[in-house]
Amino acid sequence: MTALPVRVAGLSFRVRPRGVAVTLAGLAVLVLLMALNMRLGNISMSLGSVVTGVLDPASPDHFVVMELRLPRALAGALVGAALALSGAITQSVARNPLASPEILGVTTGASVAVVAGIVAAGNVYGGVSGLLSTLGVPALALLGGLTGAALVYALAWRRGLDGYRLVLVGIGVAAVFTNVKFWLLTIGDVDDTGRAMVWISGSLNARGWEHVTPVALALAVLVPATLLGARSLDALRFGDDTVTALGVRMNAARALMILAAVLLAAVATAAAGPIAFVALAAPQIALRLARTGRPPLLSSAVVGAVLTAGSDLLARTAFSPVELPVGVVTAVLGAPYLIHLIWRART
Amino acid sequence: MSATAVAPRLRGLRARRLSLLAVLLAALLLAAALSITVGAKPVPLADAWHALTAPTGTDNDIVIRSLRVPRTALGVLAGIALGVAGALMQGHTRNPLADPGLLGVTQGAAFAMVTSIVVFGASNLLGYIWLGLAGALAASVAVFALGSVRGGPGGRAAGGGGPTPVTLALAGTAVSALLYALTSAVVLLDEQAMDVFRFWQSGSIAARGGAVVWQVLPFVLAGLALAAANAPGLNALSLGEDVARGLGQNIAMTRAVGVAAVTLLSGAAVAACGSLSFVGLVVPHLARPLSGTDHRWLLPYSGLIGAALLLLADVIGRVVAPPGELEVGVVLALIGAPFFVLLVRRRKPVRL
Repeated sequence: MTALPVRVAGLSFRVRPRGVAVTLAGLAVLVLLMALNMRLGNISMSLGSVVTGVLDPASPDHFVVMELRLPRALAGALVGAALALSGAITQSVARNPLASPEILGVTTGASVAVVAGIVAAGNVYGGVSGLLSTLGVPALALLGGLTGAALVYALAWRRGLDGYRLVLVGIGVAAVFTNVKFWLLTIGDVDDTGRAMVWISGSLNARGWEHVTPVALALAVLVPATLLGARSLDALRFGDDTVTALGVRMNAARALMILAAVLLAAVATAAAGPIAFVALAAPQIALRLARTGRPPLLSSAVVGAVLTAGSDLLARTAFSPVELPVGVVTAVLGAPYLIHLIWRART
Repeated sequence: MSATAVAPRLRGLRARRLSLLAVLLAALLLAAALSITVGAKPVPLADAWHALTAPTGTDNDIVIRSLRVPRTALGVLAGIALGVAGALMQGHTRNPLADPGLLGVTQGAAFAMVTSIVVFGASNLLGYIWLGLAGALAASVAVFALGSVRGGPGGRAAGGGGPTPVTLALAGTAVSALLYALTSAVVLLDEQAMDVFRFWQSGSIAARGGAVVWQVLPFVLAGLALAAANAPGLNALSLGEDVARGLGQNIAMTRAVGVAAVTLLSGAAVAACGSLSFVGLVVPHLARPLSGTDHRWLLPYSGLIGAALLLLADVIGRVVAPPGELEVGVVLALIGAPFFVLLVRRRKPVRL
């Protein structure tokens, strides 16, 4: 049996055992990866002291684990989940496996705002470690991301929202933003360029609770909301005419789902930069693991979290003591796996 | 409808398409004339003619023959190559988000060149055009092999062989992302490589010299010949693989020829000019409303529009920020993209 109907309080859902299994297995891997990641730092710890550090407030490791290492590990997992969920929604709405929040203008808009900020400010505000990085960069990213998304949405809206027109407008706006970013990188000092490149690649270095909380709040609100809206995504897979005939209020459903995708991507990007490839690959990986017709929302989020957490672990250990930005590694881990899944599916 | 009623309409359509082709050709010539005369040192048209036909070694002659003409020629080659390659790529994948870089070509070239900077300590990329080209070819072969695997969503239609649109696009994205990640890792660990790479990735046709034009010319010509041969087959494929097979098309062959053409065209352009993704991605969308979906017309229109736009953007980049210049890729996106968005809003998009 591939789907079980479940009815709760007048709402009915179909539950796919395979999707549930993928989600649970993913969560188990995620916890393991986070624990391994929390062993790393100036002082290496055993897995045992990480666990007691989390559970026992009297443990000598409690402060280091709870204030320094857990936030970073959580930030990776939550940001990955948010990006992947955003990607799963975007791919479903656009009906295109190549679509990612990039075409919604979010990540590219955020990149332009932050690179402009870093290049303009230079060392004035203390560079990476000062006020600019703790407050200014996330604020700039949020502002740039939401402005970019609003621009794409406004330009794509014309007596309703056509998925195909949204994709085309998204390409155009992303082209402007990307090239402005390239230009800003060429006019800046090469040190500023380097710092901007680290942010553009997506980094989890020195992320604290102040980065974790906004993403956690966004996920707490938007995951249930999008799961409730998942049924309209199922309908949106068909052509616009069919959707209208099925009685789905297409523009409203689409607008709400896109809003959720934008908010998720914007908050995630503000916390860790536009970590590449997660939003694109995680839904496609989840789709192949769960064997569903469109990217499954919950499994995509879990796969995104696993991909990001695993990448952070690799980014910190591969060239130790140099830490690579996590976004450089997501593709190194995710791309071969996606390739393997495509390869395995041959008949 | 009888054949006698159809024939005049077809003749009218053909005449309209031919005249449109002439208009685009004229636009390209105008853009080339601007590209030769406008710049940090403006050259009157008469002097430019003099330099081209009977050079006597004046300052203007030297500027024109050693700087402006190679730059213009490279712009024309790269614009045509990327425009045609983009139209081919979108036709084969049937995806409006596809650009020639989707085959891994751009990132393959970038990775090969950045690695060569680190390994050989080069301070500029021009000596490594061959390496860039080799990287582009290698990446594209890998993507094609991987994309040819049958199966997965959209791949269940049995038999035939050759890549399906979805697996080809996904395989290309995955390989590109992997190569981009490796390139990023290299430039983040090596500051000199980053300094060269940041200029390469914004794309430019300036200061390449005549030798580069001759290096890439054979690849572009071969690619254009393959593209021309591919157009009728691509028309059949756009009806769907089953219909195309029913019409007697060898699908695997058509796909292979198309991918070879895209690789040669965009590989040559990217190795010489850096990343100019806008041309391959957006120009076909500009050409499609003019040409309709017939690739025999879409391909030449895309090539001519691509070249004319590239030259115009380059000219604008020379004059907007004196005494410096803006990279052509940046200008293209800043001017071309708003125009493109306007076009998308005004009319119903031509679907692939």
